[in-house]
Amino acid sequence: MPLSRIASSSHASNLLKPLSAALSLCRSISSDSTSTLTIETSLPFTSHKCDAPPRAVDTSASELFSFFRDMATMRRMEISADSLYKAKLIRGFCHLYDGQEAVAVGMEAAITKKDAIITAYRDHCTFVGRGGTLLEVFGELMGRTCGGSKGKGGSMHLYRKQASFYGGHGIVGAQIPLGCGLAFAQRYSKEENVTFTLYGDGAANQGQLFEALNMAALWDLPAILVCENNHYGMGTAEWRASKSPAYYKRGDYVPGLKVDGMDVLAVKQACKFAKEHALKNGPFILEMDTYRYHGHSMSDPGSTYRTRDEISGVRQERDPIERVRKLLLAHDIASEKELKDLEKQVRKDVDDAIAKAKESPMPDPSELFTHVYVKGLGAESFGADRKEVRATLP
Amino acid sequence: MAALFQAPTAFSSSNSLDSNKFNHSPSPRSLSERKSSILTVRSDARSNPLLNSAAHKPHRFITNAVATKPDTSLASTSSKPGHELLLFEALREGLEEEMERDPRVCVMGEDVGHYGGSYKVTKGLATKFGDLRVLDTPIAENSFTGMGIGAAMTGLRPIIEGMNMGFLLLAFNQISNNCGMLHYTSGGQFKIPVVIRGPGGVGRQLGAEHSQRLESYFQSIPGIQMVACSTPYNAKGLMKAAIRSENPVILFEHVLLYNLKDRIPDEEYVLSLEEAEMVRPGEHVTILTYSRMRYHVMQAAKTLVNKGYDPEVIDIRSLKPFDLHTIGKSVKKTHRVLIVEECMRTGGIGASLTAAITENFNDDLDAPIVCLSSQDVPTPYAGTLEEWTVVQPAQIVTAVEQLCQ
Repeated sequence: MPLSRIASSSHASNLLKPLSAALSLCRSISSDSTSTLTIETSLPFTSHKCDAPPRAVDTSASELFSFFRDMATMRRMEISADSLYKAKLIRGFCHLYDGQEAVAVGMEAAITKKDAIITAYRDHCTFVGRGGTLLEVFGELMGRTCGGSKGKGGSMHLYRKQASFYGGHGIVGAQIPLGCGLAFAQRYSKEENVTFTLYGDGAANQGQLFEALNMAALWDLPAILVCENNHYGMGTAEWRASKSPAYYKRGDYVPGLKVDGMDVLAVKQACKFAKEHALKNGPFILEMDTYRYHGHSMSDPGSTYRTRDEISGVRQERDPIERVRKLLLAHDIASEKELKDLEKQVRKDVDDAIAKAKESPMPDPSELFTHVYVKGLGAESFGADRKEVRATLP
Repeated sequence: MAALFQAPTAFSSSNSLDSNKFNHSPSPRSLSERKSSILTVRSDARSNPLLNSAAHKPHRFITNAVATKPDTSLASTSSKPGHELLLFEALREGLEEEMERDPRVCVMGEDVGHYGGSYKVTKGLATKFGDLRVLDTPIAENSFTGMGIGAAMTGLRPIIEGMNMGFLLLAFNQISNNCGMLHYTSGGQFKIPVVIRGPGGVGRQLGAEHSQRLESYFQSIPGIQMVACSTPYNAKGLMKAAIRSENPVILFEHVLLYNLKDRIPDEEYVLSLEEAEMVRPGEHVTILTYSRMRYHVMQAAKTLVNKGYDPEVIDIRSLKPFDLHTIGKSVKKTHRVLIVEECMRTGGIGASLTAAITENFNDDLDAPIVCLSSQDVPTPYAGTLEEWTVVQPAQIVTAVEQLCQ
């Protein structure tokens, strides 16, 4: 099957390798697979203190296909993480992103790897979107040396410096000032890049968000604050935590946009619009109206504060992968069978990555003391139990 | 970066000493005395045309330098006498030199720019380097500290000033979780070369909230280094070392020490962040201190000398990690330790130091370690009460007398 062979060539490597060359081997995909398709977003954008971007989004067959593949991989990865957690191979905190994949994938489509992204603890899919491999994710989740942070960070601390992905932060809201710092550095070095600082509806009530927003607006920093509003701050619904749940308006003097976060094309359009705005005029707020199927984390069943009908209702009507599947079928870009085969291949890729990660060793005990300090310039540290000795005592 | 040459003992590096800097012949003194002479090691420092051209620049780069007491016969390192300035000017000089040397160094804090800094440490820098490099922030410690850390993740080298150290309590989360731990949790991907500095300590009737000593709160954060400066000489040297370090460094200054006047060398010098300073070599008792208490100790030392004691005074300077090498050598010589600090009694630097010395040098101690610290009370406003919260020279004298019985 040509499609499965194509998909396996990208196994364990960068997920975002362009498929256009590979796609031309496929019979049912039209030969002009990179020609522009214009598709309307499902809902109009709501704006605050700015003009909304148009609903018509330019995309292409190959891009839509890549959206499907990437989101399917992310979905499968998160579901597998669920099973691994229940098998006690992943411990501690594990916050799953399934349902919200469109935000990660749509954002990547609008920006480059020089633009920075920083997010909170629900970071597995954002990491993968930035070029992280499945092996690195599963390795880190299981605490092995092949993990992205060598097993020392865990689920909430995935980073990828070369792709300008700054993590992965456990404390709610603490990444927002860091994100403004990234934007400050971009302005300082006069790079034409932007920073996307992601946070949730729960973090939207943190004081440091407004402090950081004030500074970003004061100095025209190219910071785009993205509120991934999945409507629940752990177990508290947004209407019970926020007096004003219109998070895109909370910036007051900072313009904002409300986006259907389950529509990957809308996310792409909004991020592109926000980037252009931020480079010229300073900060921007995006509110992504999205939903998570799992609970807040693996220790939360996710059903005590919302009904199962609500979850399945969203899954039926707004699921991001289903939406793209329908688009692919409607525009004759791929057939039903090909998509199913792709999903099978994705499943296999994920299972292979898990198997490989399981083989990777746990970190050596000496790794406990590495990377506490940066070596060099006389910065060896003694440590409380004197593991590092600079000179022998007389 | 120039390779630093660290010599565990003073004269083992004599073959690399630059002879015309070392203008006296080594006289037979005790080892501790020798260690206090200034080591000038010529490293392969790249010639930097941006160095300030105040005096003539022979490109001598003094690393691993330890200050001598001004009134010993070991004169200053060179034939040139150096220049006199106040401590805050020394800090500013160090800061300015580093900002000229590396365009990635920037300052952020409240009133550091146009106002010139509430203690004048950054005076004139905004006019020279611009508003972006000397950034006036709004009063939002948590987020501007976070902003500095985020900027450091990309490679900038910010110096974050807390107008008073006590205000940095608001930024504790950023300092502890992001500053200290990011290098570890990212598996070494990100370095956080920030310097967090500010005045702390008990001043003149500033009240409880403005007289805090935060070294005790920050000392358990893994991944950071802490240093405390006490003289213009070590203030400039430590400031420069902190800026050049790839690790996050917290530099503790003291409100009452900003107007200390002293002579410092004209040549560029950088001190080691992990080294303690031998202030006064002696034989009978080791007195460990830092920051302002150094002056109380030296005052007490005068009385003690008159009474016939010979205290060895060490300014530990590096609060995390402790320089157990210098301290250990001293303990093995005198066998008695007195710690004098301004920190609170409970959980302070003295408490950790006592534990570290007991763990490592218990066999060398003839008497239990005595630790004099501030009382566990909020600092009162009334002058007499405030005097009683911190350690006074008379108490130090009494403690030494009791220790040496």
